[in-house]
Amino acid sequence: MSIYNDRVVKQFTVITIIWGIVGMLVGLFIALQLAWPAFNFDIPWLTYSRLRPLHTNAVIFAFGGNALLGTSFYVAQRTCGVRLYSDRLATLVFWGYQAVIVGAVLTLPFGYTQSKEYAELIWPLDVLLTVVWVMYAIVYFGTLATRKEKHIYVANWFYSAFIITIAVLHIVNNLAIPVNWHLSYPIYSGAVDALTQWWYGHNAVGFFLTAGFLGMMYYFVPKQANRPVYSYRLSIVHFWALVSTYMWAGPHHLHYTALPDWAQSLGMVFSLVLLAPSWGGMINGIMTLSGAWHKLRTDPIIKMMVVALSFYGMSTFEGPMMSIKTVNALSHYTDWTIGHVHSGALGWVALMTMASIYTLVPRLWGREKMYSVGLINTHFWIATLGIVLYIASMWMAGVMQGLMWREVDTNGSLVYSHVESIEATYPYYVIRATGGLMFLIGACIQAYNVMMTIKGKVKGA
Amino acid sequence: MNNFWHWTVIVIVIVHLIAYIWLLLATAKKKVAKNDKNTTGHEWDGIVELDSPMPRWWLWLFVISIIFAAGYLYAYPGLGNYQGSLNWSQQKQFQAHYDKVTEARNKSFATFINKPIDELVNDDKAMLIGSRIFANNCALCHGSDAQGATGFPNLTDDDWNWGGDFEQILTSVKTGRNGIMPPLAPALGEEGVKQVAAYVRSLSSTEQDANLVAEGQNKFNMFCAACHGTDGKGNDMFGAPNLTDNIWLHGTSEIIETAIYEGLSGKMPAHAEILDENRVKLVAAYVYSLSKE
Repeated sequence: MSIYNDRVVKQFTVITIIWGIVGMLVGLFIALQLAWPAFNFDIPWLTYSRLRPLHTNAVIFAFGGNALLGTSFYVAQRTCGVRLYSDRLATLVFWGYQAVIVGAVLTLPFGYTQSKEYAELIWPLDVLLTVVWVMYAIVYFGTLATRKEKHIYVANWFYSAFIITIAVLHIVNNLAIPVNWHLSYPIYSGAVDALTQWWYGHNAVGFFLTAGFLGMMYYFVPKQANRPVYSYRLSIVHFWALVSTYMWAGPHHLHYTALPDWAQSLGMVFSLVLLAPSWGGMINGIMTLSGAWHKLRTDPIIKMMVVALSFYGMSTFEGPMMSIKTVNALSHYTDWTIGHVHSGALGWVALMTMASIYTLVPRLWGREKMYSVGLINTHFWIATLGIVLYIASMWMAGVMQGLMWREVDTNGSLVYSHVESIEATYPYYVIRATGGLMFLIGACIQAYNVMMTIKGKVKGA
Repeated sequence: MNNFWHWTVIVIVIVHLIAYIWLLLATAKKKVAKNDKNTTGHEWDGIVELDSPMPRWWLWLFVISIIFAAGYLYAYPGLGNYQGSLNWSQQKQFQAHYDKVTEARNKSFATFINKPIDELVNDDKAMLIGSRIFANNCALCHGSDAQGATGFPNLTDDDWNWGGDFEQILTSVKTGRNGIMPPLAPALGEEGVKQVAAYVRSLSSTEQDANLVAEGQNKFNMFCAACHGTDGKGNDMFGAPNLTDNIWLHGTSEIIETAIYEGLSGKMPAHAEILDENRVKLVAAYVYSLSKE
């Protein structure tokens, strides 16, 4: 019997795959609504406005969150050489976290929301999540504290930053005064409320979707490649630079608003400084594979990891560029932002998660390898092409919208009305939905492959 | 912001920028070899760590971005109350754009804006600009084709609630309109509502119960004629619609009973402040031209 608690990791792994498919399905559904509004079937619960927060919450917190919780428990145990600090608490974390997600499914479509982006959950669910998160922190840091290894492995630095910062962000941004069981008012108002919200919003990207997944990357990439991590000193520099710089970046979401100029400028310059620390993680990941490049030919999991790291590098280049005021004046409020988010979300977060699941599943269930390597390869290609279609169409749509909205002729009058820009976006919405569908198909292929692996089957055997 | 916050912001920003440089220099100082033997000596679950040097190009990228940050904060606002050497503000940038557009507009408008209305509607450039102003400001309610929607009048026909002369349309755009029909059920009673509704329907179609219509006409004269006129043809002083045609602002004649029971209210917002004098004139001329086509 293993000294590790793998039961809870298995639970998190399976639920990650399930929530991933649910979240992507909702995303596809609302993408179809943008192309063909009839897909809301005139049912209020199914309208874009109700389902969009459900999509973002499902993919970020249900898919991404379960992946992070599960892998952090796995990685902490393996790299500390001890069992989880408390099995009972770990089980409570799993079920508590699922309860929050089910709570989201039961409230958001019915219009119960705080109306803060990525922090839509109503206050009772916020409280529940806080309790779950504290239990999670106890299990995780308890495991680290009882470790047998002298040093703390770099993956755990990133998971730690993720856990601590998300706690701070979640609590500060959701401070509110409840008036009944589902309604509350934030304690902030006006520009302060907006800045708090985007301090939260961008750090959700920085610490949930970046730091957390870098933790995942730092374990699963060297593990799958069977190569040493490239540079310890690079880890140190980019870790401290990354966690200290992300904190500043929020105001770039509020360029040209009521936020004072000085705060906007600081948000912009620190977003630009963020480029190098972000790329530090990409370099460390990709260079870890040096000496194992030949594996790209035979191992689609490595391929997926390399593409994930490449998308990470690409979107962390694009982000600082979009934070420049002059670029932002064009890109803000357009579909370019949606494209940017998805190059990070699909390209980096989802592909890294999927690759890590492929590494993890055979080890967890004691199989020699996945059921079918060919299906991993199929998954890789359909997902990658799907992402390319998605982000390329949103780039074109976004730049086009930005240009149309600002087009003023020599008479000093606006050339286009808003509805003309929507009409012009239609073909791109169709392409985007196609890309999303391909990515969803990839996720379903993975689910099948994982199911067969768990059953103990090997393709062709 | 007060002095305390002014200096707090400055100190935090500068300390942070210096801390980056210190972190880079302190870590990069020691020269190390780049090969598989140069490990940190730790191992976790079979994972070993090398201690390879940081890529030089990456260090330069980092340093350049820090230098850029310092330069930007010298030129632009960022360090507390300091305005920056360029004295830039978003308000000034907006004003500069706005002035540029306004100047172009005034120059272009000068060629046609003082034409009499009959000539203005035949000026292609004026009508193109008017149509764009309409698309960006009016189409949301009245539709891109100006054919209206439930509660929002069709602007392409000859039926006008507030008058279809150019000056009347101009007033509608400039100062807005508030169309209010009071609820009349308390005065008419249930039976009265039915009778009046029958009479109103009879004005635009014939198949109505003659008794109801006769009773309805009496009550109409008492309660409705003050605004809609004894002949039911409406009054553009009050925005009271003509009830004798088959055009129904709020959908169909089905809603007559509800309208009498609950009353109606319609609001066209004033645009004199949103658009300027010339643009109000152009969009009014454009709307006027639609009904003349």
